Amino acid sequence: MKTLLHALLTFATLTLITGVGYPLLVTGIARVAFAHQANGSLITGADGKLLGSELLAQEFKSPRYFWPRPSAAAFATVPSGASNLGSTSAALKLVISDRAAALRKAHNLPDNAPVPAELVQASGSGLDPHISADAARFQLKRVCTARGLDEALVSALIGDGQVNVLKLNQTLDTLH
Amino acid sequence: MKTDDVLELLLYLALLIGLAPFIGRYLAWVFQVERPLPGEKLMAGDTSRSMNWPQYLKALLLFHGIGFVVLMLLQMLQAKLPGNPQSLANVPFPLALNTAISFLTNTNWQAYSGEATMSYLTQMLGLGVQNFLSAATGMAVAAALVRGLGERPSRSSSGQVGVSPADSPCDRDGREPSLRPGRSFSGLGNFWRDVSRATIYVLLPLSILLSLVLVQQGVPQTFDVFASATTLEGSAQVIPLGPAASQIAIKQLGTNGGGFFGVNSAHPFENPTRLSNFLQCFAILALAAGFPFMFGRMTGHRRHGWCLFATMLVLLLTGLGAALWAEHQSNPSLGVLTMLEGKETRFGIADSALWATATTAASNGSVNAMHDSLMPLSGLVALVNMLLGEIIFGGVGSGLYGMIMFVVLTVFLAGLMVGRTPEYLGKRIEAREVICAAVAVILPSLVVLIGTALSVLSEAGRASLTNAGPHAFSEALYAWASAANNNGSAFGGLNANTPFYNYGLSFAMLVGRFGVIVPTLMLAGRMAQKRIAEPGPGTFPTDGGLFIVLLLGVILIVGGLTFLPALTLGPIVEHMLMNNGRTF
Repeated sequence: MKTLLHALLTFATLTLITGVGYPLLVTGIARVAFAHQANGSLITGADGKLLGSELLAQEFKSPRYFWPRPSAAAFATVPSGASNLGSTSAALKLVISDRAAALRKAHNLPDNAPVPAELVQASGSGLDPHISADAARFQLKRVCTARGLDEALVSALIGDGQVNVLKLNQTLDTLH
Repeated sequence: MKTDDVLELLLYLALLIGLAPFIGRYLAWVFQVERPLPGEKLMAGDTSRSMNWPQYLKALLLFHGIGFVVLMLLQMLQAKLPGNPQSLANVPFPLALNTAISFLTNTNWQAYSGEATMSYLTQMLGLGVQNFLSAATGMAVAAALVRGLGERPSRSSSGQVGVSPADSPCDRDGREPSLRPGRSFSGLGNFWRDVSRATIYVLLPLSILLSLVLVQQGVPQTFDVFASATTLEGSAQVIPLGPAASQIAIKQLGTNGGGFFGVNSAHPFENPTRLSNFLQCFAILALAAGFPFMFGRMTGHRRHGWCLFATMLVLLLTGLGAALWAEHQSNPSLGVLTMLEGKETRFGIADSALWATATTAASNGSVNAMHDSLMPLSGLVALVNMLLGEIIFGGVGSGLYGMIMFVVLTVFLAGLMVGRTPEYLGKRIEAREVICAAVAVILPSLVVLIGTALSVLSEAGRASLTNAGPHAFSEALYAWASAANNNGSAFGGLNANTPFYNYGLSFAMLVGRFGVIVPTLMLAGRMAQKRIAEPGPGTFPTDGGLFIVLLLGVILIVGGLTFLPALTLGPIVEHMLMNNGRTF
């Protein structure tokens, strides 16, 4: 009986500390110190409307925009997901070759031209916001032609390393 | 590999090796301080009162029972409870049962996606709390076992086993002087004291720190309702939010692994940057790596603690090397030079391989890349890490007590070789102790093999598989290996939210947890009552290179003999067929 009492008291106390006190404390500090991030790193347009989160990829189909990595869950967010197809999956092989063909077509490339691996293989989260600078430069000509922009200018925006596709596209919209 | 990847891996290992002794020292302090720390008396009365093994186990089971009821109620009533701004429905029984057992056993297998299934209240007050408590329980059991092994009993006048005043201050290397002389006890410590100290003095402060860094890096921490955005191309996008950072910090530190979001630490909200990735990945192993040193300090056998750490490190580095090599190979089946399917650009290949190795070495189970889409041989590394019983650092606490079961077997085998009664840390190992260790090693393995067989033989088992060919077999094997060793990661193609897997894997998780904890505590209780003999000429030394080699041999032979056929049918065959360009 005494053991049960100790069990209940210990469980209740630890639940209050770790299940109520702890998340509330972290939320309180986060709200003051890192309000932008704590609320989901949201970005708004010039008119104040919510455009998305800088951390979550959006689907882009128009030639005027850079395209992110493919999403096996079609950019769904609740929940997002991956293909979970393995190294010897015939289904994955087919998807990859379809994506490569579509990319070559969109960029006016010959049938066996190489395409960046990350643009034909879906990310783990289905919401990967980044692509490599190489994968962005692969799309440079298409985007600049569609927008009538100077390639050197946009290439400078891409920079080196990794690019956040949504932020890059947002910048493009402010340019033109 | 790129230079920055190499540097990052070296930094990771240097931090792990450099900090582990200090973490171990702190852990030893937490579990040894005699005076009651604030609040202990209020919760559990006289916590200096030590328990024998049945008492310790009873307290542990009672604690789990209460946790189970609360977690079931929170899930199955969440629609009526507050803290549910998305108005999510009640969780159906089989899924709620699976999830409750999963979080109680520190497995954190998830047959659901958090953002679409669990209310904020359920995540925070149910799952979040069990992230702490299941980890603290593992730490407590480890502390109990260490006390049992290091305890120096003596006969008091009443015939009870206890520490006499002359014995207790024998403080070689800070050996435990804690428990009051003259009381009746068998030296395993007090469960309530251990579990609350592990929570409040170890897990909580580290979680607060880590969660704040994670928020700064971009992990949400809010109770607001999901946001609705209109994308640049004009379609609607729901932005899932929640008190994520606080849960993700403890999920990593407590080797839990259950994601706030469905895709776990691959989600940009769960793991937004390379820095957040490094810290989360480090948190997977950091505490567990301290336990061998805690063991060394508390028993006074520091060199032996180093040997256990070295053994774990050798296994970790072997797996890491293999996974890195495998991920840097091309994939002829798919005709791609690098396998990026299921991986995130911001992490890349090396970070994904490191995480996959660490999360399966420790019984964490969080992922930053989809394990189902790993190359066959890095999938093999993940499987082997789990199948060896989560002893390569392993879960916080549970990794140590799992490893000690192998040590007991090793010492026993060494004793057989020279024809002497084996001793461990000066205490004789007898038939009962060997049985305890063997049961703890064999039970989870048995569940893995039988469960996998049932999966591939039954319609209900096969219906959940996404992939085909040998990879389908790996998918089933991975699920049972993960559940029965309390890891929680998955080859995610497996549709786990079916009655077959919800009930079957629940059973596996229970066996994986209590099938090891019960024999561990029993062994601890028996060892606590044994006298310590001075080492003689026939004593097998447990603090040198020979011991490490022998221990590695036992681990690999036991693991190898048990699982080699299954691993051959899965990832090994797949690797060969992939190199021949086959698809399924």
